[in-house]
Amino acid sequence: MATDTIAHEEEIQERQDDHWSGGKEPFKASYGKLMMWYFLLSDAFTFAGFLIAYGTLRFSSATWPVPDFVFSTAPFGIHHAPLIFVTVMSFLLIISSVTMVRGVQEGHRENKRGVVFWMFLTILGGIGFLSCQAWEWNNLINKEHMTVTVNPFGTHVESGQYMEGDGHDINKGDTFKAGDSYLIHQHNGEFTPLKYQTTGGEIKEQEFGPKAFGALFFFITGFHGFHVLSGVVFLIIIMINAASGLYVKRRNGYEMVEKMGLYWHFVDLVWVFVFLVFYLL
Amino acid sequence: MGHKSYEESIKDVYKGLVLLAVVTLIEVGISLFGKGHLGYQPGENMTWLLAIVAIGLIVLSLYKAYFIIYEFMHMGSEVQGLRMTVLLPCLLLVWAIIAFFQEGNSWFERRDLIKQKNERSVDDKKVNVQGSLYQPEETFIL
Repeated sequence: MATDTIAHEEEIQERQDDHWSGGKEPFKASYGKLMMWYFLLSDAFTFAGFLIAYGTLRFSSATWPVPDFVFSTAPFGIHHAPLIFVTVMSFLLIISSVTMVRGVQEGHRENKRGVVFWMFLTILGGIGFLSCQAWEWNNLINKEHMTVTVNPFGTHVESGQYMEGDGHDINKGDTFKAGDSYLIHQHNGEFTPLKYQTTGGEIKEQEFGPKAFGALFFFITGFHGFHVLSGVVFLIIIMINAASGLYVKRRNGYEMVEKMGLYWHFVDLVWVFVFLVFYLL
Repeated sequence: MGHKSYEESIKDVYKGLVLLAVVTLIEVGISLFGKGHLGYQPGENMTWLLAIVAIGLIVLSLYKAYFIIYEFMHMGSEVQGLRMTVLLPCLLLVWAIIAFFQEGNSWFERRDLIKQKNERSVDDKKVNVQGSLYQPEETFIL
């Protein structure tokens, strides 16, 4: 019977529209986009765990390296420029985030050339950030000799006067206050902590800073840098796909670019907090 | 999205760039000011100033996070359910922060005690194993 068939089709249609049959997208977002959000949520918890561990260990230590002393070197021989280099790194990530937004916008307009152009600029920003981080790590490891277990950045807990100089920033007879920072330099591959006399008259030697600092720094910025690196790899893949016209056929407003955009903004978002706890506070 | 014209949304993106850049510069400025790099040197008992600086920095960072999530990631135009399932679990972190920082503080206060105990040697034979799961003869190192 014809009427029966129509009724049957209507029933099928109704069932497909039902929430439980996959007819409707939950939260009006596609599966991929929804899962990207939940992945980012779980990743946010991972990063939060690391940063809270940093805070906990910092709270548990009597002294802690002062960030604007530790991070005061920049390329081209710039010294004593606190936080300048990391500010440049932050700007690179912010700018690449903005170019990513532009790429997603062009995707919504189904403008292939626009998508590829803005994604290319985003990739350049990501590579620029990674290069800066490579320079920063190289400087800390090879010039300042900080490793995951050795932290030569110390802080004085009492005031006093140096009894010898290190040929860098400290001269014999220099005075210092409690809270002043120092870097223990290496000579011929050996650390040479300087001797000093406290105002109380005691003779002491510079102590190494809290060990945990190096491990936390390399682990957390490394984990973030690895996110940036994998982001750059995926951006390149998706840019090539977009250029090949793969997403034109899908007619979904370059949703893959949008999902990649979510990830890339998240990397920027995490940097906001890494920047806050490692460099600003 | 959708409600705005193409030109308007492009303009919004560049406004966002300027906003994030300005907030970041303010943050760096506040941080350097608090550490005494911008001429003014905080005195000995100025921990309250450092606390205000820290709170200011945290608030500005949270604002940046809000801006990135709502404007760049378009969380504002997602449906309520998606917003809540992603954002509400993050509130659990408030407790994690309180609990762990409290823990860190307590480690700091017990540092000397822990050092003392670490230096104390223990004679295995004299350890009272009754009523405890610790069995010296059976322990082995993996």
